[in-house]
Amino acid sequence: MKYVSQAVRKVDAMSLVTGKPVYTGDMVPSNTLMVKILRSPHAHALVEEINTTAAMKVPGVVAIFTHQDVPQNRFTTAGQTYPEPSPYDRLILDKRVRCVGDPVALIAAETEAAATKAMGLIKVKYQVLEPLLDFTKAKDNEILVHPEEDFKALCPVGADNKRNLCSTSFTENGDVEAELAKCPVVLERTFNTKANNQAMMEPFVTFSYLDEYSRLTLVSSTQVPFHVRRILANALGMSKANIRVIKPRIGGGFGAKQSAVSEVYPAFVTMKTGRPACLCFTRQESQANGSPRHQMQVNVRLGADADGTIRALDVHALSNAGAYGEHGPTTVGLVGTKSISLYGKLNASRFTTEVVYSNTMGAGAYRGYGATQGLFAVESTVNELAAQLGMDPCEIRMKNMVKQGQQFAMYYGETCTSNTLDKCMETAKHMMNWDEKYPKKVLDNGHIRSVGVAMAMQGSGISGVDVGSVEIRLNDDGFYTLLVGCTDMGTGCDTILTQMAAECLDCEMENIAVRGVDTDQSPYDCGSYASSTTYITGMAVVKACQALREKILQQGAKMMNVPVDTVEFDGKRVFVPGTEQQVSLSNIGYTSFEGSGNYLSVCESHSSPVSPPPMMVGMVEIDLDPQTGKVELVDYVAVVDCGTVINQNLARVQTEGGLVQGIGMTLYEDIQYTQKGRMLNDSFLQYRIPTRLEAGTIRVAFESSYEQTGPFGAKSIGELVINTPAPAIVNAIYNATGVAFHSLPVKPEHVAMALLQKEQ
Amino acid sequence: MQVTITLNGKPYTAEATPDTQLLTFLRDAGCKSVKCGCETSGCGLCTVHMDGKSVLSCSVLAAQAAGHTITTMEGLQEQAAEFGAFLADEGGEQCGFCSPGFIMNVLAMINELDCDASDEEIREYLAGNLCRCTGYQSQLRAIRKYLAAKGGKAE
Ligand code: FES
Ligand code: FES
Repeated sequence: MKYVSQAVRKVDAMSLVTGKPVYTGDMVPSNTLMVKILRSPHAHALVEEINTTAAMKVPGVVAIFTHQDVPQNRFTTAGQTYPEPSPYDRLILDKRVRCVGDPVALIAAETEAAATKAMGLIKVKYQVLEPLLDFTKAKDNEILVHPEEDFKALCPVGADNKRNLCSTSFTENGDVEAELAKCPVVLERTFNTKANNQAMMEPFVTFSYLDEYSRLTLVSSTQVPFHVRRILANALGMSKANIRVIKPRIGGGFGAKQSAVSEVYPAFVTMKTGRPACLCFTRQESQANGSPRHQMQVNVRLGADADGTIRALDVHALSNAGAYGEHGPTTVGLVGTKSISLYGKLNASRFTTEVVYSNTMGAGAYRGYGATQGLFAVESTVNELAAQLGMDPCEIRMKNMVKQGQQFAMYYGETCTSNTLDKCMETAKHMMNWDEKYPKKVLDNGHIRSVGVAMAMQGSGISGVDVGSVEIRLNDDGFYTLLVGCTDMGTGCDTILTQMAAECLDCEMENIAVRGVDTDQSPYDCGSYASSTTYITGMAVVKACQALREKILQQGAKMMNVPVDTVEFDGKRVFVPGTEQQVSLSNIGYTSFEGSGNYLSVCESHSSPVSPPPMMVGMVEIDLDPQTGKVELVDYVAVVDCGTVINQNLARVQTEGGLVQGIGMTLYEDIQYTQKGRMLNDSFLQYRIPTRLEAGTIRVAFESSYEQTGPFGAKSIGELVINTPAPAIVNAIYNATGVAFHSLPVKPEHVAMALLQKEQ
Repeated sequence: MQVTITLNGKPYTAEATPDTQLLTFLRDAGCKSVKCGCETSGCGLCTVHMDGKSVLSCSVLAAQAAGHTITTMEGLQEQAAEFGAFLADEGGEQCGFCSPGFIMNVLAMINELDCDASDEEIREYLAGNLCRCTGYQSQLRAIRKYLAAKGGKAE
C-alpha cells in the first residue's frame, strides 16, 4: 500500500517543529480578560462570607464572581456520550468546597497581574469541616462529600450520595466461590495505586468570546469539543445552539482533557461580561486540580490447578473518585474487564466495584482508564502464582492466555476475533533473550540484573456508544477537503485519517486538506478517547471514501455519456477501460462547481458493536542496586498486536511514550497529601516524571493480526501501551530480590527497606 | 521600566516591571514559540538562547536580559526546520509542545558537543527538556541521524 502501513511524516509536523503559534495560548486575542481562580485552602469547608471590596479596587479588575452569581444546575465535566454515566455533582462555584483547591471565586481583570493581585485581597470566611481523606473509609462514613439534595445520576450506576458512593457494580460468570474452593492453589493479594497526573506539557487552557453572531465561542485545548458544547450548555443553563467550540493543536492530553477542566470558567465570565476571557492553568493548578488517574485498591483472588492452569479470578476494585465523580463509574469498569479477559481457561470469574467520594482532588480519565490499575493487580498476581509453582512467568501465560476465536471471559460477551498474543510472547522472549536472562544475574559490582514480564489488552473505542464521523468533499481542480470531528492531540489522527483517505482515493496525501475540529463545521464525533480514532473514525473515512468514489464514477460517466458500470476511477481520471474515453478528476471537480454539475460531498459516520482489544507483551530488564534499592531500566521490549499498523512511526512513538509514562507511574510518580489534604508535590520539581535519563532503552516490535471490523485491519494502540510497565517491573524486582511489591510507586527506599527486613 | 534587548537580530524595547520574566516578555513580543510548562525551571519548554547559550526564560528576568542578545525559534527558523525535519521523520514531535524548547537546546548542544558524542552525553545535555509524549527514544534517533548527516559520520 502506498500510504497505509508506511512511516509517513505528520501533516502538521513542520509547523510544530518550527514553533508556529498553533496552540490555544498562542491565539488569545488582545482585549481579553484574564481569569484567575481563588481556590480553597481547606479540603472541606462551607464558604460563609466573601468580601471582595478591596479586591475590586485593584486597577484593572473588571469583575469578581462567587457562588452567589452562578447558575444552580449541577453538571459533570466528564466528556462522555449523553447520558453521561458520571453523576451531575458540581456547580461552577459552590458554597461547599470539597477539596483543597476547589474554586471559591473567579476574578476577571485586564491583566493577569491585576487578577493575581486582586485574588490576594479577597477575604473569605470559611466554616471549616472535618475532611474525609482516606478513601478506604469513605463508604458510609459520617462525613458526606455530597450531601446535597440535587445530586443527580443520569444512569443507573449504583450511585448513592448519602453513602459517599459514586457508583457500584457486580458481575459474575459461573460460581467463583465454588470454583475457588475446588482449586488446589489459591492466591489472594491486595494492590494499591496512586492518583497519577497526566502531566501533559501544555497545561489546561481555554479562551472564549462572543463571535459576530453573538454566539459563545470557545477555543480550548480539549479532546472532546462536542461534549464540551453540551457541558457548557448544562453548566451555564444556555442553549447548545448558541455555543461553538474550536480545538486548535493540543499540547498533549492523555485523558486529562477528556474532562472540561478549564472551559466553564472563562465561558461564564464571557457570558457575564460580554468580553473575551482566558483561563490558563498554572502547572501547580494543573497538578493539584486537574483530572488525574483514579487512586485504587484492587483485591485479587486467583484459583489455579497445580499445573498452573488458572481456573478462577475474582477481582474487587475500590476506586477513589475524590471530590467529584468525573469518569468514576466507567474507569473502574476496565479494571476487571481488561485484565480477567486476558485469560482463556477460567471456569468462573467475578468482578465487583465501588467508587467512593472523598475530599481529595477529583479524578478523571488517564490513558489506560482503569485497565492500568487492573492489569497491575492481575498480572502481578499471575507472576506470583508462577513463582509459587516454580514456573516461568512466560510459560504460565502461554498456557493460559486467551486465543483467537475464543469468547473472552469478561468482555461484554465479545469473541476474540484478532489476537497474536502467543506470537507477541515468543518474539518478546527472543528479543529479550529471556531464557538466558531469567530470572536474574548478579554483576561483579553487586548490582542485580533481572527480567520481568506482563501482558496487556485494551479496547478500540466504546462499543455501541462511540460515534466517529467525517465529511469528504471534492473541490474544483480535483483536490479534497477532509473534515474530521475527532481531535488530534499530538496522537496524529489528522495524519492517519489522511493516509487512509489517500489510500482509498488513490491520491497523494498532499491532495487532501484535512481540517480538525470546529463544532460549527466538523461532523459530529464523540472525540478522541477510549482509543477510538483509528478504529472508529478510521472506518468512517473508509466508508466516506467509498461513497465518494461512487459519486465520482457517476459524475464521470455522466460527463462522458456512458453507463456508470462501464467506467473505472484510478484516482486521477474516470475512464472507460480499453478506450480513449476519459475525464480527469480536475475536470469532474470543476464541473461539480458549475450550474450543470452536482457538488460531490459525502458525510459518513461509524460506530461499532464491538471493541476489539489490541494486545501486547511487555518485558523489562532492570539493574537493581541492593545497597540503595535503586532500580534502573536497562532494556524494555514491547511487542504489540494493534492489528494493521497504519503508521509505523506514530505507532512506535505511541508505544515508547506510553511505556515511559507507565515507567513513571511504577517508579517515580507519587502524589502525596498533607494530613489536612493539601497536595505536597504539585510541581515538576516534586512530582517527578521520567526524564530522558530514566527512560532507558526501549525496543518496539509489532505482531500484527488483522481485525476484520477495523479500517485496513487496524485496532487501537494509544492506551494499551501504558499498561505493562507496572506489573513487568514489579516482577523484575521480585526476580531480583524475592520481594513482591503490591503498592505503587516502588521507590528506592521501599526496595532497600524490604531487603533489610528480609535479611533480619 | 523600559527594557531593550537584541531580539532575533533586531533591537527591541518594551515596558517591563522588575518581576517580569523574560518568558512573558518574549511572548508579549510575539515570540509564541517560547512555551510555558512550569515557571519553576522544571521542564525546559521555555528554552531560548541568551548570547548564544541556552537559558530557561522562566528563570531569567526581563531586566536581567537588558542589553543582551536573545534568540528564540522565530529567529532560527532555518536551523529549526533543518533539525526539525529529522525529528518529523522519526515522529519525535507528538503534540509538539515541547519541541521548540527541545530544539533550541539541541541547536545549542551541537555547538558544544562533537558529532560523535555518546548517547549518554546527549541525554545528559538534554536532561532538562521534558517530553511527556514520546518517551524520548525518537528524539535520540533524530539527533543521531542529524549528527550523522552533519558530521558525515555513521550513526
Ligand atoms: S517554563 Fe521554564 S522550565 Fe518550565
Ligand atoms: S511531543 Fe508532546 S511533550 Fe514532547
